[in-house]
Amino acid sequence: MIAFLIKRLFHAFLVMFVISVISFAIQDNLGDPIQQMVGQSVPESERAELREELGLNDPFFVQYLRFAKNAAQFDFGYSYIFNEPTTEVIMRHLPATLELVAATTLLIVLLSVPIGVYSAIKPRAWLSRAFMGVSIVGISIPVFLTAIVLIQLFAIGVEVTPFPVDTAWGAWLNDLLSTDGGMPAYGRGNPVNVFGTWDTNFSSLEGLTYLVLPAISLASIMLPLFIRLIRAEMLEVLQSEYVKFARAKGISLRRIYFVHALKNTMLPVITVGGVQIGTLVAYTILTETVFQWPGMGLMFLDAIERSDIPLIVTYLMIVGLIFVITNTLVDLIYGLVNPTVKLTGKPA
Amino acid sequence: MSDTIVPGRWARFRDSYLLYSFKRDLIAQVSLVIFALLIFAAVFAPWLAPANPYDLAQIDILASELPPFWIDGADPAYLMGTDAQGRDLLSTILYGARVSLIIGFGAVLMQAVIGVSFGLMAGYLGGRVDAFLMRLADIQLSFSTLMVAIIVGALVKAIFGGATFSEYAVPLLVLIIGLAEWPQYARTVRASVLAERSKEYVDAARVMGLKSRRIMFRHILPNTLSPIFVISTVQVANAIISEAALSFLGLGMPETHPSLGSLIKSGFDYIQSGSWWITLIPGAVLVILVLVINLLGDWLRDVLNPRLYKG
Repeated sequence: MIAFLIKRLFHAFLVMFVISVISFAIQDNLGDPIQQMVGQSVPESERAELREELGLNDPFFVQYLRFAKNAAQFDFGYSYIFNEPTTEVIMRHLPATLELVAATTLLIVLLSVPIGVYSAIKPRAWLSRAFMGVSIVGISIPVFLTAIVLIQLFAIGVEVTPFPVDTAWGAWLNDLLSTDGGMPAYGRGNPVNVFGTWDTNFSSLEGLTYLVLPAISLASIMLPLFIRLIRAEMLEVLQSEYVKFARAKGISLRRIYFVHALKNTMLPVITVGGVQIGTLVAYTILTETVFQWPGMGLMFLDAIERSDIPLIVTYLMIVGLIFVITNTLVDLIYGLVNPTVKLTGKPA
Repeated sequence: MSDTIVPGRWARFRDSYLLYSFKRDLIAQVSLVIFALLIFAAVFAPWLAPANPYDLAQIDILASELPPFWIDGADPAYLMGTDAQGRDLLSTILYGARVSLIIGFGAVLMQAVIGVSFGLMAGYLGGRVDAFLMRLADIQLSFSTLMVAIIVGALVKAIFGGATFSEYAVPLLVLIIGLAEWPQYARTVRASVLAERSKEYVDAARVMGLKSRRIMFRHILPNTLSPIFVISTVQVANAIISEAALSFLGLGMPETHPSLGSLIKSGFDYIQSGSWWITLIPGAVLVILVLVINLLGDWLRDVLNPRLYKG
C-alpha cells in the first residue's frame, strides 16, 4: 500500500511538473510584462534596464525555477485586466463554479442511480428502452445547445397553437404544449455573502432558481453517460455467481438489488465519476458562457479574449491542480476499496 | 492455377454478416440514409443552395431576421428565413454543414495518423516508449479532450492573432482537435497490438529479419483495423461537436465563414428578441448529424464486436 501511495504521489507531482512547464512556456513566450508595466513613451534603454532588473534575460531554466518557487506559494503575479493578484481574481470566481458543479453533481447522482438500476433490473421494459433511447439522443446534443433550448423553453417561453384556439379542449391542449418562460437565465441574481469572497446561491429559494437552468444543462451531458455506465455494470453484476446464490438462498429481491448488487456496481462508477470531473470543468466553460454565470470558466474566456496571460496561466495551474488531486484521490480510494487492484503496478 | 473459385469483392460483400445485419436493422438504415443525404447536401452545397452566403453582394440587410416559411411574415424566397445579417439561413446552413464535416473528417484523419502511429509504437516497442506515450495520453485524457482543445485553441489563437487565425481557421481547427483527441486512437491501437504482438505470424516476420517499421505497419496494423473503424465513427461525431463547441466559444470558425457551431453562436445573440430560428435550426441540423453518426457507430460496434452486449 505504501509503495502504491508513493507511486501515485510521484505520478501526481510529475503531472504538475509537466503542467507547470507548459504554463511557464506560455508565460515566457506570449506575455511581455514590460509592455504591460510601462507606457508607450518609455524609451528602449529604460525598458532594457527594467528587463535586466526583473531577471527576464536569465536563462529559461533559472526563470522557470523562480516561477515554480512563486507558484508553490500561489503567487502567479498580477492580472492585466483586473490589476490585482491573479489568485484573488480566481478565488472570487471559484465559488460560483463550485456551486454550479455541486448542484450538477447532486442532480446526476439523484437521477442516474435510480434510472440506471431500474433499466438494469428491467432491461426489456418500455420505460428502460425509452431511457436508453433518450440517453443516446442526449449524448448527441452539445451542452450549449441544451442550454439554448432550455432558455427558449423556460426563460423566454414558447407559445404554440396547433389546435383550434376557439374551442375549450383546443385551448387546453395548446396551453399544455406551450411554456410560460420567466425562469432566470442570466447571471447569479443576488447571491448572499457567506464569508470572505464566498457568495452563495443555496441560501434562498430565489437564489436557487438561478441555478436550475445552468445545472440542468450541465447535468444533461453527463447523465446519459452515467445512466449507461450504471446500467452496464449492474447488468454484469446481476449475472454473477454471488447474486444467483443470494437469490437461491431466498433473500428478498429488493435486498439483493439495493444492498448486494448496487455496492459492487458503484465501484467502477466512482472511478469513472472521478475522472469525469475534468470533463465537467471543461463543460462549465460552455455552460457559464451561455448563462453568463460569473464563474471561472467565463473568467477564463474573458482572459483569453483580452490576452491576460498571467490569468490564463493561473487558471491552467489551478484547474490542473484540481484535476491531479481528484484523480489521485480516486485512484487511492479505488486501491483501498478494491483489493484486487494491482497495488505496486508490477507486471502480472 | 488453383481449383477453388475466389469470390469477387462484391460477392463477398453480398454474403457478409455486415450487410446481413444492416438489412435487419431499421435504425441503421434510416441513419445511413439521413447521413448520406446530409453529406450529399453539404458536398453539393454550391449547386443546391439558393444563395451564396460568402458573397457579400447577395446579402440584403433589409431582409434580416425573416422567419422560416411556416410562420407569418415569412418571405417565400427564404425557405428557412434569414439571419441577423440578412443571409439566407438554408444556404448558410448547407455551407456551414460543409465546413463542419470537412473539419470533422479532417480532425479524425489527423487524430488517426498521430494516434495510430503512437499506439503502434507504444504497443510494439514497449518499455520506455510505451510508458512515456501512455503517460502522455493519461494526462491528456484526465484533462478531458474538450478542455485540451479549448486550451490549445486559446494558445494557437494567442500565437497567431485573431485575424490570421480566422484566415486559416479550418486547418488550424483540424490541428487543434487532432492534437486534443489522439489518445483515444493510441489506446485502442495499443490494446490490439498487445494482443497481436505475441502471435506466431509476428514472430515469423521477425525471424525473417523484417524491420520493426514494416512489421508494425504492414503486418500488425491490418489486424487492428476493426476497432479503429468502430472508434472512428464515434470520433467523427466527437470532432464535429468539439468544433461546434470551439466555434461557440469564439475559438473556431469566424462568422463570415461559419460552421454550424458559429451559426449557433451568432444566432444566440438574437434569441431574446424572438428570432429563435437563427440559432435553433442550425442547432437541429447539428444534432441530427451527430445523432445519425452515433447511431451508425453503435450499429457498427455491435456488428464488428459481437462480444459486447448492447448497451
